[in-house]
Amino acid sequence: MSSLRNVSNWLDERLEWDDLIAPLRKKTVPLHRLSYWYFLGGITLFLFVIQVLTGILLLLYYRPGANEAFESVQYIMTRVRFGWLIRSIHSWSANLMIFTAFAHMFSVLFLKAYRKPRELTWVSGVILLFLVMGFGFSGYLLPWNTLAFFATKVGTEITGQVPLIGKPLMIFLRGGEEVTGATLTRFFGFHVAVLPGIATLLIFLHLLLVQRLGMSIPQKLEVQWTANPSAKQEMKFFPNFLLRELMAWYAALAVLGALAAVFPWNLGVKADPFVSAPAGIKPEWYFLFMFQTLKLIPSKVWFIDGEVLGVLAFGLVGLLWLLLPFFESDQPSRPKRWITGLAVFALVYIVGMSVYGYLAN
Amino acid sequence: MAILRTKLRPFGAARYVGLVGFVVLAACLGYGQTTNSCLDCHSALPDPLGVTQEKFSQDIHAQKGLTCASCHGGDPTSDDPDKAMSRKAGWKGKIDHKQIPQLCGSCHSDPAYIRQFNPSLRTDQLGQYRTSVHGKRFAAGDTKVAVCTDCHSVHDLRAPSDPRSTVNPVNVANTCARCHADANYMKGYPIPTDQFAKYTTSVHYQALAVRGDLSAPTCTTCHGNHGAAPPGVDKVQNVCSNCHAFQAQMYEKSTHKKAFDAASLPGCVVCHSNHGISHPTDAKLGTGPDAVCMQCHTPGDRCDQARAGLQSGLSQLNEAIKNADQILRVAESSGMEVSEARLGQDQARDSLTKARVTIHSFRTDLVDQDIQAGLKIAAKNLQAGKEAMSERNYRRFGLGIALIAIGMVLAGLRLYIKKIERP
Repeated sequence: MSSLRNVSNWLDERLEWDDLIAPLRKKTVPLHRLSYWYFLGGITLFLFVIQVLTGILLLLYYRPGANEAFESVQYIMTRVRFGWLIRSIHSWSANLMIFTAFAHMFSVLFLKAYRKPRELTWVSGVILLFLVMGFGFSGYLLPWNTLAFFATKVGTEITGQVPLIGKPLMIFLRGGEEVTGATLTRFFGFHVAVLPGIATLLIFLHLLLVQRLGMSIPQKLEVQWTANPSAKQEMKFFPNFLLRELMAWYAALAVLGALAAVFPWNLGVKADPFVSAPAGIKPEWYFLFMFQTLKLIPSKVWFIDGEVLGVLAFGLVGLLWLLLPFFESDQPSRPKRWITGLAVFALVYIVGMSVYGYLAN
Repeated sequence: MAILRTKLRPFGAARYVGLVGFVVLAACLGYGQTTNSCLDCHSALPDPLGVTQEKFSQDIHAQKGLTCASCHGGDPTSDDPDKAMSRKAGWKGKIDHKQIPQLCGSCHSDPAYIRQFNPSLRTDQLGQYRTSVHGKRFAAGDTKVAVCTDCHSVHDLRAPSDPRSTVNPVNVANTCARCHADANYMKGYPIPTDQFAKYTTSVHYQALAVRGDLSAPTCTTCHGNHGAAPPGVDKVQNVCSNCHAFQAQMYEKSTHKKAFDAASLPGCVVCHSNHGISHPTDAKLGTGPDAVCMQCHTPGDRCDQARAGLQSGLSQLNEAIKNADQILRVAESSGMEVSEARLGQDQARDSLTKARVTIHSFRTDLVDQDIQAGLKIAAKNLQAGKEAMSERNYRRFGLGIALIAIGMVLAGLRLYIKKIERP
């Protein structure tokens, strides 16, 4: 212990370490029956870190290119020691991260944690959610298997439906008119450089805002605690909350390990652009609700193309979702009930459409 | 016209109106007048004289611009039946059955004429027909045998490539069966009438009619079409070898070839039969009801021992492939990556197929080479499957250890939190 203290002292003399972690020592976390929802953001962050670490390890062997990508992933899965584990953890943690990011967003929505002064925290979080879905979309193509190839083809085609900018955007994403090796190289660049760069900056901003503004508390409790400050309950962030967060991370690690060992991520069959798309092809589960909605819209709605209308509608909903805090009341005692109603509707819609899309032929 | 002009003169301008009306009426009548007046009447007549416009429009000859008169003569431009069907206009009436081959051949044996419609169409059909059993009997005065129209149909004759054509590969067997499966019709001919019934049970029929594999044989593939004749005993092998080339090459060099020739046995047919060829299985090498070797060989002789060795080798390879398949299937369903070994299984199956083909050499050493090659590949794949399964178990063991370690850390953290939060 004395040697640890010596190291700490040494660092403190040079970096003024104590001053750096002083805010953490002072930071507290509100304690109430819904406090466990606070762990979701931390778990999402933990899974992002897992993504970065396993992604770097995969980069040691992965080769982007239509003639090499599939074979390199196959090599990772069969020849590289623990390659199967790294790839499976990377794939499973990606899916879990998207799930926890959604869950985190809805927990924030239902607890109304996006209210003033946390509007920017919400905005940065929603952009991060979109980025995470972008990670999923770009990463899905990288093994260059049949499902990934056709899912990317369909996905980029939908992008092409956006009026005016759709077609140039599709060509930009594909690196040409069709999904080819050029698309793979592009998606690889987005996945390992562009998106991580933007995501890291936004994560720092998001965390900085959380640190500056502290944890939000449910509206009812806020009213009660403001009226009676002695009723306020809280725990220290360091070490009490952090240790609990650590437990959640360990539990997430156990789930990840179990999924990777029992259900290693499938490699599929190498993509062949000259064969027809497999019957009933569907996107990854987190895009399924949008895909199913687009399928259900009639081909023509009045004079507008159904798919174009759907894409525009999703774009508009995404924008409004981003700006949601600005529609909320400033008064904790007078919350906008329609936003809670909208959140319930959105959750039911996303889950319902995803299940419908999964079961539909 | 001068008289008309004189007579119309008093009407002045009205005559021009009348003339214009007359011209328009004449044009309309001319436009409406058909160039094939035969169908105007015959489309309303009952069979056998009835030919509708719809039916005739499907006929390849009609599509190429020929009319009824091309075969029947007459003047199809005349609406007057007497003129249209006058002998003066070359009308032949119903074509006599005896005239049909010659009539069809008048165009189809003329390369210069046929070239303008289809340069790749052969023009030796009539010549071939004359060499066929049908043609020979026809020449001898047998009117029951098939002529061109019996197989190709008439008035709605389609190109053989048309799936609705009676001579499309998929329909040929049914077309032949119309006569050859009719015991009453075939009475007096010294051939059986069960060929079609047998053929419908065969592996060839399954491939062609059920799976739609147009490369599978139908009646004409083995017997020929225009020159149709049963292959002679010594020609059977030539017929089968058109598709089964490797088997034929091996059989050609085998001891069985000499023995079968000496005994005037029809080669392939001895073991595989002809019309009712079933899917060959390894049981043909056995001693059960499907066995073929023991029809000629004596139990316990040298050949019987060789047969037993061949059957045992094939069974061994078959079993080895099945075992490897089974373990690889389990490994794959456990999420293990065994695609290379799965691909390798195709090679093992290829070796089994090759060994089954090599059986036609009747040489145990050659068959054994293929079997050993297949066994080696299957053993390698089985080993890959075993390794995948042991890797799966290792992973699960590792997971168990990791979960215990994580559980201990979680318990430790919980205890530590309790300790620091104790009042």
